[in-house]
Amino acid sequence: MIPFTPFKSRLVPILINNIDTDQIIPARFLKTVSKEGLDKNLFCDWRYNADGSEKPDFILNTPRGKGAQILLAGDNFGCGSSREHAPWAITQFGFRAVISTSFADIFKGNSLKNSLLPIVVSPEIHAKLVALPADAEIKLDLPSQTIELPDGTRVEFPVDPFNKNCLLEGVDELGWILKQEPSIAAYESTHPAAIDTRGLRA
Amino acid sequence: MKTLSQKIWDSHIVHEEPGAPSLLYIDLHLVHEVTSPQAFSGLRERGIKVRRPDRTLGTVDHSIPTTDRSLPILDPIAAKQVTQFEANCAEFGIPCFGVKSENQGICHVIGPEQGATQPGMTVVCGDSHTATHGAFGALAFGIGTSEVENVLATQCLLQRPSTSFRVRVDGTLKNGVGAKDIILALIARIGIGGGTGAVIEYSGSAIRALDMDGRMTVCNMSIEGGARAGLIAPDDTTFNYLHGRPLSPKGAKWDAAVARWKQLPSDAGATFDREEIIDADSLTPMITWGTNPGMGISVTGAIPDPSAIGNLRERESVAKALAYMGLEAGKPIMGHPINVVFIGSCTNSRITDLRAAAAILKGRKVSPNVRVMVVPGSMEVKRQAIAEGLPELFRAAGCDYREPGCSMCIAMNGDQLSPGEYSVSTSNRNFEGRQGKGGRTFLASPLTAAASALTGTVTDVRTIL
Repeated sequence: MIPFTPFKSRLVPILINNIDTDQIIPARFLKTVSKEGLDKNLFCDWRYNADGSEKPDFILNTPRGKGAQILLAGDNFGCGSSREHAPWAITQFGFRAVISTSFADIFKGNSLKNSLLPIVVSPEIHAKLVALPADAEIKLDLPSQTIELPDGTRVEFPVDPFNKNCLLEGVDELGWILKQEPSIAAYESTHPAAIDTRGLRA
Repeated sequence: MKTLSQKIWDSHIVHEEPGAPSLLYIDLHLVHEVTSPQAFSGLRERGIKVRRPDRTLGTVDHSIPTTDRSLPILDPIAAKQVTQFEANCAEFGIPCFGVKSENQGICHVIGPEQGATQPGMTVVCGDSHTATHGAFGALAFGIGTSEVENVLATQCLLQRPSTSFRVRVDGTLKNGVGAKDIILALIARIGIGGGTGAVIEYSGSAIRALDMDGRMTVCNMSIEGGARAGLIAPDDTTFNYLHGRPLSPKGAKWDAAVARWKQLPSDAGATFDREEIIDADSLTPMITWGTNPGMGISVTGAIPDPSAIGNLRERESVAKALAYMGLEAGKPIMGHPINVVFIGSCTNSRITDLRAAAAILKGRKVSPNVRVMVVPGSMEVKRQAIAEGLPELFRAAGCDYREPGCSMCIAMNGDQLSPGEYSVSTSNRNFEGRQGKGGRTFLASPLTAAASALTGTVTDVRTIL
C-alpha cells in the first residue's frame, strides 16, 4: 500500500443507488489468479456494447470520467459479493476515494485495505456535491478527515482510527496482526481445536 | 444479559487495545478457488505458512463446470484457477475437496454436512454468503481476499463490533410457503441495505420449526439485506443434524459439547438495537421482480409503479430495474413467461430443496419452452439424491440434472442465461447480468421454481398443491 496523501480532484458521478459488485466487476472476470488488469473491465456491462465498443454516454467513456480520482456514487455503494476485485478494479482505474451516503460493509472493509477511501456524507452534503459544476474540484485531506468544497465549505467525515493510521502510513493489517503472535499463541493454548479438517476424506 | 452473537464474540477475543479493532480467533476458515489465489501469493511473497491448516478446508465450487467430472475443464482460464487452487492447498497443507473429490461441493454446503460448522464457532470464508453457517449458532462472516490472507497467516480477523438486530418470525407457515419466502419477505421489507452493520438473530416459532436446510436458506441471504452475519440459536434440531457427522464430537465429547452449546442462546433479558416481527401465517410465496434481492413481492402481487414513488433516486431505481427486466408497471408478475429454471446454489441446493422440487415435478413434465437445470450443492447431496431416486425423477420430468457447484447462481462456469432470457432461480442474487450478461432473474423458492417449470410462466405453487 502507498501512503494516502491529500489531493484535489473533480468528481465522477454515477448516481445510482445500490450499485452492486457484479456491476463494478462482473463475476466472469474473477477467474483471474492475479490482481492485475481489472480496470479495463470496471463497470464492464454499463461501459461497453456487446461488440466491445464503448457506450459513448457512460461517464467513464467521457472526458469527465477520465483523470479524476473521486467517484461520487448513490446510496449503499458496493453491496453484494465479497470480491476484493471491486476495489482493485476501482483503484487501478485511478480512483482513490468513493463518496456516498452509505457503503456495504464488506466493500468498505476491502476498500480500506487497498488505499481506497470510502467517504460517508449526509444526504444534504451529497446533494450539494451532485449540484457542483462538472469541472469543480474538491480537496480531500485524510489527516483532518475533511473534504473542502469550492465555496470553502469544509465537511468532516468519519474514518476508523486504526484504518486511518494504516492508510496514512501505507501499511496493511497483517503486519500488525503478526505482532500479536504471543496473544494468538496464548489463546490457542487455552482453546483446543474442536475440529481437525485433516481427518476428512478428500 | 448477552445475545448469542455477543457470547460468541466475547469468547473469541484474542487481543484488544485502545484505537484498534478487536482481534478475533477464527475456528473454521473455508477457502475456494476464486477469492484465494492472491492471498496465497501474498503468503508466498512474505514467506509465511498457513498457521492452522487443521482449521481450514478448501473446495472448488465457483468456476468449475457442472458437467462430467472425468473430462478436462474446457475453459483454460478456469482450468488454471482450479489447478492452481489445488496446488496451493497441497503446498500449504490444507485439506482440499478438489475436482475429483467424492466430497466436493459448494463451500457453504460442505462445511455443515461434514460437521465442520458447529455452534458457538467463528467461521469465515472469502464469500459473502458465509452467514449460511449462522444457522448452527455460529458467528460467520464473509471476508475479502486481504482478510483471507490474514486468516491463513494468523487464524485471526480484525473486527469492530456489529449492531444487534432480532428478527422474530412467529406463527406457522402455510402450505407452499417456506424458508426462502421468509427471507425474501424480510429483505423486501428492510431493503438491500437495511441490515448494514448488523448481525441478525432469527428467532420465533416459525424459525424453530424449520429444519437445518431451511435455517441455512434464511441465514444465507442475510447479506442480501446488508447484514454482516445472521444466526439462529442452536437447539435439538441443530444437535440432531450434527450428531454422527465426520467432524462432530464423538462419545463423551459429544455430551460435553451439547451441554456447552445449550448455554449459547441469547439470555432472556438480552436487548437488541433493532427488532422486526414477521407473521408467518400471513406469508405467501415470494418472488423478486427487479435487479436487487430487496425488490420482492408476493407471487400474487403486481409489479410496482415507479410513478407512485415520491423519492427521486428510488423512483429512478425502480424505473431502471423495470427497463432492464423488460417488465410493465402495475401488471401481475404471475403468468410472466420464462425461459429457464435454475434449482441450486448455496441458498437452495440441499437435499430438502431437491425433495421439495421433486415433489412438484414427480410424474409431470416441465414446459417444452423451458430449460430446467437442477444442480445439487455437493457430492454428498448428490449421493443422497441418488438413494432417493431423485435424478431419474428430475430427468423423467425433462430437467437437466448436473454435477455439484455454484453453477448459474454466479454464471462463471459457462452455466448462464442468454441476453434477454428470463429465469426463475432459487439462488440469491438478481443483479443485472448476475446469471449471464443481459439475463433477467426472478428469485424464488424451490417450490415456486418447480411449479414455474411446469407451466413455463411465473406460477403460484399453491395452485397445484
